[in-house]
Amino acid sequence: MNLMSNTAAITEPVAGHGHDDHGHAQGGMKVFGMWIYLMSDLVLFGSLFASYAVLSTAYAGGPTGKELFSLPFVMVETFVLLFSSITYGQAVLAMHRQNKRAVLAWLGVTFALGATFIGMELFEFSHLIHEGAGPGTSAYLSAFFALVGTHGLHVASGLLWMAVVMHQVHRRGLTATNVTRISCLSLFWHFLDLVWICVFTFVYLVGAF
Amino acid sequence: MSDIDTSRAGGGHGSTRSYLIGFVICAVLTVIPFLLVMNPTLSRPLTLFLLVAFAVVQIIVQLVYFLHMNRSSEGGWNLASFVFTLVILFIVVALSVWIIWSMHFHMMVN
Repeated sequence: MNLMSNTAAITEPVAGHGHDDHGHAQGGMKVFGMWIYLMSDLVLFGSLFASYAVLSTAYAGGPTGKELFSLPFVMVETFVLLFSSITYGQAVLAMHRQNKRAVLAWLGVTFALGATFIGMELFEFSHLIHEGAGPGTSAYLSAFFALVGTHGLHVASGLLWMAVVMHQVHRRGLTATNVTRISCLSLFWHFLDLVWICVFTFVYLVGAF
Repeated sequence: MSDIDTSRAGGGHGSTRSYLIGFVICAVLTVIPFLLVMNPTLSRPLTLFLLVAFAVVQIIVQLVYFLHMNRSSEGGWNLASFVFTLVILFIVVALSVWIIWSMHFHMMVN
């Protein structure tokens, strides 16, 4: 750990911002721990993608992706999530400027965009189930709901986490603990956008092509 | 510990400019695959190849611009653990697909 924090301190690019960098390795270790968790989460998503790929033609006489997916709708979903990545980035930048009000404002915008995404996904799911294309219809749709639903659950828990962080920043300001929390959530939020790239490419685009 | 260190958000952190550049690249890399599928003009193998290529490039762009991953963040351990995870992902995803595909092939399921 000592060796790691030393190397990080030496090699870390400090151009553009003049933070002094001494002895706060603990927050960094927590963020790195978050990263390790995300890597294990990636394996979870990998197994869901593998089962989706294996079952991607098991329609059992039910509807195919080509008949079900509305690509313009998915494109709007994609851009909502992409915008929320940018706004979260702005929150992190405001955090580096020690601007508490801007952090809360940008986190609020990100929360609204994330909630929009979840709302759209729930709308899509209820629409599919209403059309008789629920998870029980075919193995293909089971895999679809498991994969996209797991991503949606992650976004929903990210929203819950974001609400808690906003409350803590509001109450206590940008303390060292809250900075670590915002940094961990930042990794989590950008990571979900990363997984969504694979979802919209392999599930929606390949499925609808 | 009164002063707050914010410089350890998993390595370096970007600027408004770098986030905007990342956003524009990602927007382009998102719109083109959607257009390729919504207005099919190219052959199926080429389109599928391009879809995967665009996804891979966008993942790398987001890793660099949004997650600020580089060889120096956390002394390279971020990158090392990511590369290790990619190996696991390859074993889990590619080999599962291969096994099940060849099983279907030999049992003439499809």
